[in-house]
Amino acid sequence: MENLLEIRELSKSFTLHNLGKNIHAVSGIDIRLGEGDFVGITGKSGSGKSTILKCIFGTYRLQNGSIWYNSRKFGPLNIAAATNRQMIYLRKHEIGYVSQFLNVMPRTTARQLVKQAIVEMGRDQVHAEKETEQILSHFELDPELWDSYPATFSGGEKLRLNIARAMVKKPRLLLLDEPTASLDYESKMKVKVLIEQLMHEGTTMLGIFHDLEFMNNLCDREYNMQNGVFTLAH
Amino acid sequence: MTEFEVPVLSIKNLNKQFGPGCDHCTNLEPLTLIKNYCSVCGTVYACRDVSFDVYPGEVLGIVGESGSGKSTLMQCLYFDQETTSGEAYISSYQNGMKNLFEESSQQKRYIRNHLMGKVYQNPLLGLKIDFSSIGNIAEKLIAAGSRNVERMEDRGSQLLSKVNIPVHRRKEAPKNFSGGMQQRVQIAKALSNQPQILLLDEVTTGLDLSVQASVLDLIKSLQREMNISIVLVSHDLGVIRMLADRTLVMLEGQVIEQGLTDQILEDPQAPFTQSLVHSLL
Repeated sequence: MENLLEIRELSKSFTLHNLGKNIHAVSGIDIRLGEGDFVGITGKSGSGKSTILKCIFGTYRLQNGSIWYNSRKFGPLNIAAATNRQMIYLRKHEIGYVSQFLNVMPRTTARQLVKQAIVEMGRDQVHAEKETEQILSHFELDPELWDSYPATFSGGEKLRLNIARAMVKKPRLLLLDEPTASLDYESKMKVKVLIEQLMHEGTTMLGIFHDLEFMNNLCDREYNMQNGVFTLAH
Repeated sequence: MTEFEVPVLSIKNLNKQFGPGCDHCTNLEPLTLIKNYCSVCGTVYACRDVSFDVYPGEVLGIVGESGSGKSTLMQCLYFDQETTSGEAYISSYQNGMKNLFEESSQQKRYIRNHLMGKVYQNPLLGLKIDFSSIGNIAEKLIAAGSRNVERMEDRGSQLLSKVNIPVHRRKEAPKNFSGGMQQRVQIAKALSNQPQILLLDEVTTGLDLSVQASVLDLIKSLQREMNISIVLVSHDLGVIRMLADRTLVMLEGQVIEQGLTDQILEDPQAPFTQSLVHSLL
């Protein structure tokens, strides 16, 4: 398999049994991502951008099409047909997902959160402890916050923690679901620097951004979504 | 695709019925049942053809409404109930070759005491409520062959402090404890022989929120430290969301849907799962 990710003819709709409705989200999506690519998706809210990312991450089950991912562990793997355990493995080791929402265990401190992610990768406790502190200071998170609960953080702090947690895993493929939404300019720039750094390290990224300006200077390619239809913008 | 890991526990086609069954319900399609009840002979089909695997270190959640067969399933796994038919294998027992349900009752006791631990919703089922807490733990240790009193005391105290029961109250009976503390004593007891598999049946149901949180945090940290595999039955989707990696949905004794927990919660497929998830939101 030549590319890292090949999405072919992806379509997804939601059947709501109690309302007797079938909601069409996206169809006929084709995307190819080579190793190290940074591809952006723009489009109105409700146009199905997040749906695509959630299909890749395995949160949504697709009706049609395939999502071929060239895994280090499994080789070329169709995510649409992967077992749950394979998906759990990929999420731990190869595919990261960052959204503007921080989805974490309640009553877990920032330090524990990052450390867990490192331990999951198979590092020992002592090493993980050290690496956690490095990462947290790298992401300019105030040391006073390290031992408090992320639920009390500001939006920007949450997001940086979120990216930190995804980054320590050094994923091959990072899915970014509007990571900069609801951030002020300064925080946005901080996130941008982090993303650029990931690009330099060769992380392949597929991201959704509302902020066209933000995206223009970063992406290799850019797709635009309208009413579930996908067009290449650049 | 070949499997890349070996399940710790494997359940195949487990059936459990209460009642003899009759020509009406055994020979005909399941459609003749009212839910999982035969109107002719009164047989209840509590678990129907349930199959699943549990992998090392994972938490498998089982959700479903009351009466869907969750607890019966757990009782079958822990040999509290005789299964009607089906197979169960544990990878570390006889190389995973022997069907546990066909073993002698002596062997079943061995499996219960050495390889599994169970925590019941009702502490009265899991504990001798008038005996001391440490005595309750010792009971399980003795059942697994321990005879050295001093060592058992050490182990018991260690376990109780691990579940945050103050050591100076170790000789008190669980009947003096709050509901949350009783559940924690149960957890300590279930862990006493370092089981590979922990069965948790509605452990936080009926506890108030802050106590629930402390029990859940305990389970999470134990699972992380000991890399134990957990089967977690709950009708509380919040608990499932917090703890389970994968989730099965049961309805009328059958597994109607399974998937990653976020799949079940964000993209439920079956009508019942959808109404369950929508009741949460």
